[in-house]
Amino acid sequence: MAGYDGVFDTLGLRDWCDQDKTDAPMSMAQLLAQSGGATEKAPLPFPSLDALHDSCARIAQTRDVTQGLEDGFLSIRPELKLVLDPITQPLSWLLDGALFLFETTPWWLMIPLLVIIAYVVSRSRPVTGFVALVLLFFGLIDHYEVAMQTLAIVFVCTGLSVLLGVPIGIAMSKSDTAQRMIVPILDLLQTLPTFVYLIPLIFLFSVTESKIYGIAVIVYAIVPVIRLTDLGIRLVDQDVVEAANAFGMTPGQKLTRVELPLALPNIMAGVNQTIMMSLAMVVIASMISAPGLGVLVLRGIRSLDLGVGIVAGLGIVLLAVILDRVSKAALARIDTHRNEQ
Amino acid sequence: MTPKVAIRALYKIFGPRDRAMVPLVQGGMTKSELLDQQGHVLGLQNINVDMQAAEITVIMGLSGSGKSTLIRHLNRLIEPSAGEILIDGEDVMKLGQAELRAIRQKKMSMVFQKFALLPHKTVQQNAEMPLSVQGVDAAQQISEARKWLARVGLDGFEDRFPAQLSGGMQQRVGIARALAANTDIMLMDEAFSALDPLIRTDMQGLLLELQAELQKTVVFITHDLDEALKIADHLVILKDGAIIQQGDPQTILLAPADPYIEAFVGDINRARVLRVRSVMTALSQDRFDGEISADSTLEALIQQAEGDTTQTYRVSDGRAVVGQIAMKDLVKALVPRPAITEDQTR
Ligand SMILES: Nc1ncnc2c1ncn2[C@@H]1O[C@H](COP(=O)(O)OP(=O)(O)OP(=O)(O)O)[C@@H](O)[C@H]1O
Ligand SMILES: [Mg+2]
Repeated sequence: MAGYDGVFDTLGLRDWCDQDKTDAPMSMAQLLAQSGGATEKAPLPFPSLDALHDSCARIAQTRDVTQGLEDGFLSIRPELKLVLDPITQPLSWLLDGALFLFETTPWWLMIPLLVIIAYVVSRSRPVTGFVALVLLFFGLIDHYEVAMQTLAIVFVCTGLSVLLGVPIGIAMSKSDTAQRMIVPILDLLQTLPTFVYLIPLIFLFSVTESKIYGIAVIVYAIVPVIRLTDLGIRLVDQDVVEAANAFGMTPGQKLTRVELPLALPNIMAGVNQTIMMSLAMVVIASMISAPGLGVLVLRGIRSLDLGVGIVAGLGIVLLAVILDRVSKAALARIDTHRNEQ
Repeated sequence: MTPKVAIRALYKIFGPRDRAMVPLVQGGMTKSELLDQQGHVLGLQNINVDMQAAEITVIMGLSGSGKSTLIRHLNRLIEPSAGEILIDGEDVMKLGQAELRAIRQKKMSMVFQKFALLPHKTVQQNAEMPLSVQGVDAAQQISEARKWLARVGLDGFEDRFPAQLSGGMQQRVGIARALAANTDIMLMDEAFSALDPLIRTDMQGLLLELQAELQKTVVFITHDLDEALKIADHLVILKDGAIIQQGDPQTILLAPADPYIEAFVGDINRARVLRVRSVMTALSQDRFDGEISADSTLEALIQQAEGDTTQTYRVSDGRAVVGQIAMKDLVKALVPRPAITEDQTR
């Protein structure tokens, strides 16, 4: 007899409980009791769903609840897919295209190209030289291809994050209501452990599609660019905004000629963080089929292959350092240009 | 003569129910009562000012008296709680957003205390800004901006960025920008307050020089009486959001309406500010020790008389004799006169 019978008896719920009583599947506790044999039942178990179920069959078992959630999720899955699939399809194309491009371009073209891009963005010789060294090092240790895969994904995801994040940030800076609604979502995205993102994604999409990791990366990395665009525009010198109004600028002119340019240092700081976070997430997203350096780290963990894991990990650090240096150099360039004395 | 800008019965109260507060203020509630009882801040009350074309109207008052609030009503950067603002006879309050922008572009330009230049644009591009907002073609933008930059003495600085210039030079850019807009009205909110005294004197000179040439309707805000007296054609004195006296600066100086103004005017060098025309009397004799222009300062006359207080001078306005001035009267005018108030008549 279970511990909570008395409670239901005194409440006069016995009849209600025993209606259509069947032999329900065994609860976790019962299973344990059966296999472990002589586990003594505690005199007063915590009134959990399973414990209450023992006394009253009408109360659901915990596994029914998880099962119900899963069923519910699976039942709306077709509808969700119907909406989400077409919207996210271009992401798959972009990722596949970028991966194809980065993998098929010969190294003797790709490395100079990346070095030139690094110089154009950073305008700094030491940074550019460092980028060249790192790229050559990847080639030397036969990690060039995986590094390019990671880089391709980071580029696509950062690009899309900026493309989506800046307008959202602008909307937040213009409307306090929008800000109040979006900030909790951003807080949630930032506090959720990264693995938790992956669960609904594997339900919704197949791991054969590239967009599954693309979404994981973007959802995780878009937060800083949104936050700092909002902050940047709100922090724009109000005197200058007033001057823009006094000379009769339209809201659009004000945005493109005053607010965005003046918020640019902050937005760029957001982009820098977004790049770093995409890189972090690409590695984790290897678990759901993202190619690149993360796959090697994962292999290192799975097969306890210390060397493979360490080399891949080092590669990620190097990639992080060059991405950070280049974007920070770009940021510094904007700042000094304005504050030259 | 219809005024270029007229403000009629203007009230501004800061707070969520500002309109409902207007009758209370009209009924005599003071700023502190309004704040205690209703939680609203009284910004301006019952402001009536006429600003004539081609004149410099100076609005003066201590910090917090509502000067910035008042000037921002003219181009509706701040919405009034009640009242009318007429520009060329047209009520600004009735304009829609697009018309308001048109007026801000074509009729009024503004110079700011903290310059408010675009830090990421060159001096040249900053001066072009109003024209590019107006949609003027590029060649004209460039030539107009160059012209006004040269006019304020910034030849050769076109390609610098604002942060590379001194404060005085940045404000010259601010003035060139306002002039390039080619508007009749120029609003200047403490335009020179952030500058060093010497640079400030320079800039006041520049403004007067430009004004003699361009004849704009200037609304100038300051908390400095010397500056106000130097440039004002019409002086408006503001205290706690209300006008306590307005008129010709000389008149205000000679007959302050209020102990507050008296305190203001108490420690200025009156000889340097007062003009002969404000002190002269009607012609009553025909033997004079010399002649002086009506627009000279008393200081100039004292110099001319070499300090001799027994002399009398004939006053002319350049064409005809308009009066006479005795040195005795001059000396009397130098003594600050107390305002006629209840305290003193009692
Ligand atoms: N947005 C606002 N909300 C509430 N009160 C305000 C607001 N703006 C101004 N005030 C109040 O209105 C009064 C006048 O302010 P204003 O800025 O016009 O003064 P000012 O004469 O320009 O002073 P200063 O010389 O310091 O610039 C002050 O008491 C100020 O606290
Ligand atoms: Mg002010």
